[in-house]
Amino acid sequence: MTGEPFVAWIGQMLPLGFSWSWGLDGWIVVIGSLAAVASSLLGNFLVLRKMSMLGDAITHAVLPGIAVAFLLTQTRSSPAMFVGAVIVGLLTAVFTEWIRGAGGVDEGASMGVVFTSLFALGLVILVQTADAVDLDPNCVLYGSIELTPLDTVSVGGRDVPRAAVVLAVVTVVNALFVLLFFKELRLTSFDPALATTMGFSSKWMHYGLMILVSVTAVACFESVGSILVVAMFIVPAAAAYMLTDRLGVMIAISIALAIVSAVLGHVLALSVPAWIGYRSTTTSGMIAVAAGGLFFAAATLGPRHGVLVKLVRRQLLSLRILCDDIVASLFRGEELEQQPPTATWLAGELFASNWSMKTALAMLRRRGEVADQDDRLQLTHVGRERGQRLVRSHRLWEQYLVDRAGSGAERIHDQAERFEHFTDRNLRDELAKETDTPVEDPHGRPIPDES
Amino acid sequence: MLNPPERNDDANLPTAARDDGTGAEVPLSVYDLTVAYHRKPVIWDVGFDLPAGQLIGIVGPNGAGKSTLLKAVMDLIPRASGRVRVFGDTYRENRHRVGYVPQRESVDWQFPVSALDVVAMGLYDKIGWCRPVRKRHREQAREALGRVGIGDLADRQISQLSGGQQQRTFLARALVQDADLYLMDEPFAAVDAATERAIVEILRDLKERGKTAAVIHHDLQTVPEYFDYVVLLNMRVVAQGPVSQTFTQDNLQKTYGGRLTLLDEVTEAMRRRESSL
Repeated sequence: MTGEPFVAWIGQMLPLGFSWSWGLDGWIVVIGSLAAVASSLLGNFLVLRKMSMLGDAITHAVLPGIAVAFLLTQTRSSPAMFVGAVIVGLLTAVFTEWIRGAGGVDEGASMGVVFTSLFALGLVILVQTADAVDLDPNCVLYGSIELTPLDTVSVGGRDVPRAAVVLAVVTVVNALFVLLFFKELRLTSFDPALATTMGFSSKWMHYGLMILVSVTAVACFESVGSILVVAMFIVPAAAAYMLTDRLGVMIAISIALAIVSAVLGHVLALSVPAWIGYRSTTTSGMIAVAAGGLFFAAATLGPRHGVLVKLVRRQLLSLRILCDDIVASLFRGEELEQQPPTATWLAGELFASNWSMKTALAMLRRRGEVADQDDRLQLTHVGRERGQRLVRSHRLWEQYLVDRAGSGAERIHDQAERFEHFTDRNLRDELAKETDTPVEDPHGRPIPDES
Repeated sequence: MLNPPERNDDANLPTAARDDGTGAEVPLSVYDLTVAYHRKPVIWDVGFDLPAGQLIGIVGPNGAGKSTLLKAVMDLIPRASGRVRVFGDTYRENRHRVGYVPQRESVDWQFPVSALDVVAMGLYDKIGWCRPVRKRHREQAREALGRVGIGDLADRQISQLSGGQQQRTFLARALVQDADLYLMDEPFAAVDAATERAIVEILRDLKERGKTAAVIHHDLQTVPEYFDYVVLLNMRVVAQGPVSQTFTQDNLQKTYGGRLTLLDEVTEAMRRRESSL
C-alpha cells in the first residue's frame, strides 16, 4: 500500500505505540467516516428543527423493524431490513405526533413512550431469535466496526467491505437530498408556516427527512450500533452550529468534524489503551467520545456561543472600563489641582485588584496616555483629551438625567458612571443639544468642552 | 337543551356578492368559518368579504381567534366547517396571490441565516422546487431590504437584528412575494416608533399599487389612522365595515366588553359531559 511509509513516518514521529494496517484500519476509518458524514448531513436539520430527540427516538425505535426483517429473511444484508426500518421509523414519527395531539402530552413524553416501547419490543424479538439465528444483540447495540472490513463484496474486481458500499450509497443519497432540497429544507426548518403557504409542505419535508434518518440509522447499525448512531447525527452538527452563523458553512463544518472524529476515534481507540497497557478498545465508542471532545472544544472556543470567547470579551470590556476610570479620575484630580496620585492609592480608590490595575496601566502607558513621574501617575496630552471626553460625557449625562429624565440628583452619579463608557462623539453632541448646551452639571461642576 | 349561541346575522352575512358589478374581485371572502381546538371552538361562524385595494384592520381581544382566522384561511390549520374564497377561487388555486407575514415570535431568530437569506425565501415559490437561489434573486431581496430601510443590514445574521429590524425583514420578504392580498399577523407588535412609521408607509405604498392588506392589530388608538376598513372579531365577527362607520364605541364595547357568555357556557357544559363519561 502506498500509505504505508506515511503511517510508518507518523508512527516514528508520534510514539503512539500501536500497529496500523491499511487493509483493516484504513477501511475502519473509511467506514466510520462515511457513517458519521451520512448521519451528520441530516443531523444539521434535526438540530435546527429542534428534533434531535426525534432522531434519537427513531434510531432506537427501528430495532423491531430490523429484528422482524431479520427473522423473516434470515440475512443481515437484505433490503428487507431497510424497508422494515423505514416503516417503523415513520411509525415512530407518526405515533409521536399522534400521541402528542390526541393525548395532550408534551412531545418529549410522547417520544419517550413511543421509542422505549418499540425499542424494548425490538430487544425482546432479538433476544428470542438470537439463539436460533446469527445475530448478536450486543452488535446491534454497540456495533462492531472492527469486524466490518472482513465481510466483503466484489466491486469492479476488488474486494470492498459491504458496509463501506452500503454507507457510501447512503451518504450519496443524503448528500443529494441536502443539495437538491437545500432551499426547501432551509425554508421548512426556519418558517414551516410560510413554507406551507408557498406549497412547500413542511409535513412532507419532515417525513422525507424521517425516512432518510431511518435508512441512515440502519446503514450505520452494523458499524456503530443503535445507541451511538445518535452521537453521529447530533454531535458534529451541534458543534458546527456553535462555530458559524451560515447554514451552508454549518453543514460543511459538520462534515469536516464528522470525518475528524472518525479518524481521531479510531486512532484513540488503538492508542489510548496501549498507553496504559491494555489492548485496543471499541472504535465506535471512541468515535463518539472524540465527537464529544470536539463539541466541547467548539462550545468553549466557538466565536458565536463560545464560553471562552465570551469570557475574554467580558474581561476586555472590564479592562477598558478600568482604563477609562483611571484616566477620568486623573483628569478630575488635575481639575482640582491635586497632587498626582500613586498607582496603589488609585487602585484602592477604584476598587481595582492589583493584577487588573497593573494590566490597565501597562495598556495606558503603551498607548501613551499615562506617564510616570517618580512613583506618581500623570496624564499625557493624549490621555488628558480622553479624560476630558469621559468627564464631559459623565456630566452631560448627569445634566440630561436630571433635566430630561427627571431623576433625583442623588441617584444620577452611578448611572452616568455606567453610561460614560459607551458614549461617543455623536451621542455627546445630541446630549448637549437636548440639554441646551449646559456649562455646568447638576452638582455645579464645569462641563469641559469637546476636545 | 341549550340555545345555540347568540348570532349577529347582520355581521355574519357576506356584505358583497362574489361579483359586485364593479369588476373588482373580492380578495378574501369567508363564509360560516368555524375552527375548534379539542372541540372547543376558537372562531365560530365567521363570515366577511374584504373590499379590494384597502387596508383592513382585524381587531379583537386576546384569544379572540385572530391568528387562528388567518391560519384557517390559508389551510394551515383544519377548519371544522365553512368556506373560504380567495379572489373568487379556493385558496389552493390562488395561493401565489397571497403573501403571509407570520408573527415575529413564530420563528427561531437564532437560525443560521442572514437577513438577505430570509427575504429571498419570499421568492422560493417563483424559483420552484430544487432550483437554487441565484444572484438576481439575491439582488431582488437586497432591493426589498432597501425599501424597508435596512439595506445595509442585509448580510447580518438575523439574531443580530433588533426586534424592529426583524419585523422589517419579514415585511421585505412579503414585498418580494409580490402578492395581491397580504395577511399580516401583528406586524406592529413590539416595534420601535421608527419601524412603526416605516410599516405604515409600506402599507400605504401597497395600497397605492392596488394591493389589499389584512392586518391583525392591537393598538386601538391607531386603527382610524392606519386602516380604511375594520373587522372586529371576538370568536365571531362582531362588526365589520369602513372604519368611520364601524369603529364605534358601541361596537368596541361589544367586542372587548362582556365575553360571549353563552358560548363559554356551552363549551364548559360540553367539557363537563365529556370528562364525566
